[in-house]
Amino acid sequence: MKRRVFSIVLAGVICVLPLFCNPYWTDVCVSVGLFALLSLSLNVMLGQAGIFNMGHAAFFAVGAYAAAILNTVCQWPIFLTMIPAGIAAGVFALAVARPIIHLRGDYLLVVTIGIVEIVRIALINDVFGLTGGANGIFNISRPSLFGVKIYKGWQFYYLVWGVTAVSMLLFYGLWRSRFGRALNCIKEDDIAAEGCGINVVGYKLAAFSLGAFWAGMAGAIYASKMVTIAPESFNFSESVLLFAAVILSGGSQLGVLCSVFLFFGLPEVLREFSDARMLIFGLAMMAMMIWRPQGLLPPLPRRYRVAAAAGDGKK
Amino acid sequence: MTLLTVKDLTKIFGGLIAVNDVSFDVAKDSVVGLIGPNGAGKTTVFNCITGNYRPEQGVIEFKGADITGMAPNRIVKMGVARTFQSIRLFPRMSALENVLAGRHCRLKSGFLACMLHTPAQRREEKAAIERCMDELEFVGLSHLYADMGGALAYGQQRLLEIARALASDPELLILDEPAGGMNDQETAGLVELISRIRERGVTILLIEHDMRLVMKVCQKLIALEHGALIAQGDAETVRNNPDVITAYLGVDDEKW
Repeated sequence: MKRRVFSIVLAGVICVLPLFCNPYWTDVCVSVGLFALLSLSLNVMLGQAGIFNMGHAAFFAVGAYAAAILNTVCQWPIFLTMIPAGIAAGVFALAVARPIIHLRGDYLLVVTIGIVEIVRIALINDVFGLTGGANGIFNISRPSLFGVKIYKGWQFYYLVWGVTAVSMLLFYGLWRSRFGRALNCIKEDDIAAEGCGINVVGYKLAAFSLGAFWAGMAGAIYASKMVTIAPESFNFSESVLLFAAVILSGGSQLGVLCSVFLFFGLPEVLREFSDARMLIFGLAMMAMMIWRPQGLLPPLPRRYRVAAAAGDGKK
Repeated sequence: MTLLTVKDLTKIFGGLIAVNDVSFDVAKDSVVGLIGPNGAGKTTVFNCITGNYRPEQGVIEFKGADITGMAPNRIVKMGVARTFQSIRLFPRMSALENVLAGRHCRLKSGFLACMLHTPAQRREEKAAIERCMDELEFVGLSHLYADMGGALAYGQQRLLEIARALASDPELLILDEPAGGMNDQETAGLVELISRIRERGVTILLIEHDMRLVMKVCQKLIALEHGALIAQGDAETVRNNPDVITAYLGVDDEKW
């Protein structure tokens, strides 16, 4: 119940935030929104299925570049590139994950670190002559919706957070279904899951590709917001931050939002104390590990509507 | 009618022959016990049948189809469900969700239907919840449906595993030491439960050390020692087989 009140308050604050922000802070909030979208997509695989992916920025990059290339070379409007960008990232994820998905925990983590580095280096080396090397791609057009060109901070703010809100609803639906339960079973005990008849490899790949698909769509929005993208925006440390944000969150979507504000919003707030910033950040992380190892807000158990007669009586 | 056929099964771990050329049949609607001392290879036989291990040699047929080396989830879908010797529930999911996990392979909602909660998905989900509550009722745990799997008492966890297995509509139920860790009262309840499962038309293959339970519920016994089959046949005959007595029940000084 407390959590419901908190989510309503948080949603309200997010809705009206740009009214109280100068352009600089609105811009910060747009980035936080993008990171929220990325973390929520990572949460599907890491938080729900326990797939240790520390290379999420790779799929973000594939999506951003796919959108940028479709936009600058083929002149597609950005909104039309979102789905192909997601598909590009999802297919890329499926292709790289297929041979490694059976790896457990930290082994998979190491391989995904390799993937994000390979993608970054491939982009610098101008693969297929399409990615523009270390300079990246310029002049990506702004998105326009119903004839209105989106270029102001607050417009991007509502675009990003709108997409985030819809994604959260869809992910919530997934969580409350056999798909979400199967992912949780795999996280809890993959041998038991397999023994129950759950196709463990299939579901892991599905979760992986789905998360990558969403990261790819986030990449398309990012590309159109920045106008210019370069390989250095998609580095390993981004992946680590996303990973840490999801782990810190505890696995619920509300928790992800909170930890995203902590990870990507707080450093901006603390910019004035730039020297002490990382120190405070580190101390906060340590405090978390000691007092709240389960994460900020672990998901509440799902509730089921069960016929009353079965529930009562016997106890 | 034969439901399961195991032919010349051999499973080797490194230099150890865990199961050596074992063959047996399980007839439909029967309760068959697999007995033998610790380390005889009983669980290994089970793991080969359920697809967790790939045997070095031999064929396993279920309803006439070759299931040797098939992925465990596909074997479950064909109608073979199992429980584990060391309980493997999903400890941080509720009892109902544990059973729903067993029902998973009979549900059809695709990924988009799950995301959007289409009317068909809702109907299916509702029916699945009802069915799984029935399974909980069947093993006597329906009042605990909302409790976490890991929070249940040991005997209840064993029952929950059986409910989870039954939710997948099995034709063959494989129980690995179902009475392990149960007290006498719980074991008596289990005997009654096994006969009720059989009345539902589910064939049962079980490993058990509690000979009283085995003699009460099994029509046929298969005895293993050091990975080899030493006797099989109806329960009385196998129990009185001198090899089985020597291997499993210990040497009787008076007779020797």
